[in-house]
Amino acid sequence: MWDIFLQSINKSYTESGEKAVNDVSLHVEEGKLFGLIGPDGAGKTTLFRILTTLILADSGTASVGGYDVVKDYKVIRKSIGYMPGRFSLYQDLTVKENLRFFATLFNTTIQDNYGLIEDIYKQIEPFNDRKAGKLSGGMKQKLALCCALIHSPKVLFLDEPTTGVDAVSRKEFWGMLKNLKSKGITIMVSTPYMDEASLCEEIALIQEGNIMSVNTPDEIIAQYPDMLYAIKSPGMNQLLQELRKSELVATANSFGEYHHITFSKQGSMELLLKSLHRSDVEMKPIRPTIEDCFIHLMTHE
Amino acid sequence: MKQLLAFIHKEFLHVFRDPKTMLLLFGLPIAQILLFGFALSNEINHSNVIVIDYAKDVASRSIIEKVRASENFDLYDVLDDHHMIEEVFKRGETKMAIVFPSNFNEDLVHGGYTEVQLITDASDPNTATTLVNYFNMLLLGYQSEMYQDQQMPMNIQLSLRNIYNPELEGTTNFVPGVMALVLLLVCVLMTSVAIVKEKELGTMEILLVSPFNPFMVIISKVIPYLFLSIVNLIVILALSVFVLNLEIAGSIILLFGVSILLILAALSLGILISNVTNNQQTAMLISLMGMLLPTLMFTGFMFPIENMPKFLQVISNIIPSTWYYIIVKNVMIKGLGFESIWKESLILAGMTTFLLLVSIKKFKIRLS
Repeated sequence: MWDIFLQSINKSYTESGEKAVNDVSLHVEEGKLFGLIGPDGAGKTTLFRILTTLILADSGTASVGGYDVVKDYKVIRKSIGYMPGRFSLYQDLTVKENLRFFATLFNTTIQDNYGLIEDIYKQIEPFNDRKAGKLSGGMKQKLALCCALIHSPKVLFLDEPTTGVDAVSRKEFWGMLKNLKSKGITIMVSTPYMDEASLCEEIALIQEGNIMSVNTPDEIIAQYPDMLYAIKSPGMNQLLQELRKSELVATANSFGEYHHITFSKQGSMELLLKSLHRSDVEMKPIRPTIEDCFIHLMTHE
Repeated sequence: MKQLLAFIHKEFLHVFRDPKTMLLLFGLPIAQILLFGFALSNEINHSNVIVIDYAKDVASRSIIEKVRASENFDLYDVLDDHHMIEEVFKRGETKMAIVFPSNFNEDLVHGGYTEVQLITDASDPNTATTLVNYFNMLLLGYQSEMYQDQQMPMNIQLSLRNIYNPELEGTTNFVPGVMALVLLLVCVLMTSVAIVKEKELGTMEILLVSPFNPFMVIISKVIPYLFLSIVNLIVILALSVFVLNLEIAGSIILLFGVSILLILAALSLGILISNVTNNQQTAMLISLMGMLLPTLMFTGFMFPIENMPKFLQVISNIIPSTWYYIIVKNVMIKGLGFESIWKESLILAGMTTFLLLVSIKKFKIRLS
């Protein structure tokens, strides 16, 4: 059973006791693709480091595959794959050298586990003799994933794998993760990009060290309590300010092309349109995104 | 074992692919040896000397004439009284005084033997020895010129007195000093930077989250630098022998043995430094401040320890290179065997063991 358990985990780095992670409990079932969603500084990396036995929690217990992260750290280190947030391979070694080094480190060879990494490795194989430092962001990501997979781990920890990667590569990357999941690997992945949350089977929304909600993306969206509308009109900045000033509007947030708003009272749509004194306003009811849910949970904490 | 070899191979790739590391590793020792070597063998021209002539006879006058004519010396002053010498020395106006005794010529001609006294300012022992050698040559020239036809051997003996640094301790034996300096510097600096680099780049995280034993990380960092240091040692010795014409008087095996002791001590120190620092700059700074300065100051190859204040002499005892310097001087320059250096070797071995144990004990199996 390669699942992940966190029970009442606390961790603070400073003497003053400001918490990086506050009383976090989580359970990730075996074979799940689990996403840890939250902005920078939410405590995602801290949780990853506790689970990968790199740091010790101040209190609470954690286990991976039933092995305690403190007592059985050696077993865990053998059976997990970890990709830190920063690109952490040897920049002065070539693609092939990096891969071979990590394979040997885990007492295996590239050939032995070729099946698992084949799909990913094929894309970087043409650059076998290029130094890792000279690869593009997406390529680095693929190489790092290959290195983390080279020993066919039971659980894969990916800390912000798509940060700093272009949109196309990000999409590809999530495709690869789905593939890996189908091979029975438990995957825990973190990301600050809310739009990636819906690609996970289950997600935890984390903010300032606190887990706000754990559920499937659909469930989390279904739990959104209000009717949500998207509104658009020329002069979006001006519009946002007007919306926020309006007593009819409960929340107004900018979401790229549209502003997302909720009303303080049901059926105030017409009233609002009148009060805005604008001619070309487009407004429609929409399904909330994870980001809407995140903002909602954040403001109602 | 295969893992270790792969790791060591990787370390070598890091070194060979970084020109800066290569330069530091091999450029530094070569530059130092040559720099010191040529500073040592540099000719000294037009050095001020003073003469005190109690004899005022034919022989003393012709020698003074030779001094005056020599390229190496400038006759600064001829005094009547040796009590004035000290004052001239203190003002730093001269490095050497030549004293002719009364009846100089008479003793030489009738007795076949006399003495010239040389007083040198040996605070710069290098210059002092060179000046004495110049004068000796000049004197030999005079003797062979004047008495080549005579059957009776004529003999002018030099009587030497060094003031300020009577033992002539110092730069004369600079090679052992450079050896200590280079080995310490390269080993401490290189290992600490190599380990800290893994932390800084984040690769340490991945290494820790692997079945690889953290101690193996250390061992695989130490072995390449141990090897490279030995290569360095060979380069230094080769340069000393072939370029600077220095003879290795004692056993080479013994020399390598104690050098490896020092290298191990330095490597342990490097590991220790890497444990307490998180970025390469700090590691480099601590290594330089902690190693270069004390080694320069206290090993006695730049400044003789005997001339230092007592408390600095005490401090010098805790610096490994101090002991290494003594050992290497005894083995390499004086050609003594192990029986003469076992005490120092034991102290050095003790320090190495201590540092090694502390560095292993302090090594972290986690990030913080």
